[in-house]
Amino acid sequence: MTDRNIPVTEDELHAYVDNELPAERRSDVEAWLAAHPDDAERVQSWRAMAEALHARYDSIVDEAVPKRLEIERLVQQPRRWVVGAVAATLAAFIAGGGTGWMARGATAAAPSVLQTFTVHAIEAHRLYVVEVRHPVEVPGSERSHLQQWLTKRCGWVVRAPELTGAGLKLVGGRLLPSSAGPASFMMYESASGERFTIYTAKSEAEATQMRFAAEGKESTLFWADDGVVYAVVSTGTDRGRLNQVAQAVYDQMEKKGG
Amino acid sequence: MIPALRRYARALARDADIADDLVQDTLVRALRSERLFLGGDVRSWLYTILTNLNKNRRRSLARRPQFMPLSDNNPDASGTEAEGRDIARALATLVEEQRSVLLLVMLEGLSYREVADIQGVPIGTVMSRLARARAHVKASLEGERTTLRRGK
Repeated sequence: MTDRNIPVTEDELHAYVDNELPAERRSDVEAWLAAHPDDAERVQSWRAMAEALHARYDSIVDEAVPKRLEIERLVQQPRRWVVGAVAATLAAFIAGGGTGWMARGATAAAPSVLQTFTVHAIEAHRLYVVEVRHPVEVPGSERSHLQQWLTKRCGWVVRAPELTGAGLKLVGGRLLPSSAGPASFMMYESASGERFTIYTAKSEAEATQMRFAAEGKESTLFWADDGVVYAVVSTGTDRGRLNQVAQAVYDQMEKKGG
Repeated sequence: MIPALRRYARALARDADIADDLVQDTLVRALRSERLFLGGDVRSWLYTILTNLNKNRRRSLARRPQFMPLSDNNPDASGTEAEGRDIARALATLVEEQRSVLLLVMLEGLSYREVADIQGVPIGTVMSRLARARAHVKASLEGERTTLRRGK
């Protein structure tokens, strides 16, 4: 109620129209619009603009895709699993066509859960990666014990992936608290001291594509699978290298599920 | 996904053939890229490639000013309604970044965050571009309605 006295900004009007406004602020904006006809007129004109855009361009979505754009013609030699994933996504979206507009509300809600998760993953990374003497609770030399313990405490199968192919050795792992219950944390190190961490926690998200997030010098590739979210975090690493490590982790987690 | 990409490309580049060229180049690049999946989801990533390809295309066009269209007398193959032509003409008056933001948000339904990633700018920049684009298109549409149309 008190919020009603806070004037609505130009940015909020746009966010309102684009469904980017926090739900609790929407009624304030609606009250504001009722009292400010000029702003209401602008908001209405933006909606009309969106309708005009869709009226003008949505027919393209229904057109048959020209032969030269067919995936089968464009794919010559799939080089790695990602090509398969990209092609599959493209194919899946062909059926959906212009669902972007419709699915707006549904997709807009998803990132916040994952955002919290990536923040936790990055914080844990920052906190422990600088540790020289006590980076982990259970050392990598006790890999099977570490896996059993984390699996038991977390409630899903926690596996410490083998990353020697990427030049990384398991330092060890620890159990961490998270807003969604226990989280597992594992650290890997290269011969040159470069450290990667893998953070997993429970999530509402069933399954998502691999996504990228960065904050400061830390960057992460993260994805959800079967109600568990995975984040591979590194500091100051270029994306290609992070991608290589994350793919190796991803591949092994996939196999786990069978 | 391809139909949505084509829609975005058409609105961005206006010419149907150029738009499909952009889509084709985008797909080829995506499928063959050695460093695929640098981050983000596939959808955003494809929009990013297409946006960048179009930027490059316009840059090379700018070096040959004689080919720059001064006004939109481009007969659009589909969409014959007057409103559709108006909006296309209004879009054409926007600078590239603003047109891209406007289309990604209003036509393709992407979030501010996704558009910020696609353009490689902070969310605040996306919002100010969007606000300017909307104001400009609105003014353009209103101006057009009050101006006497010349024959063609």
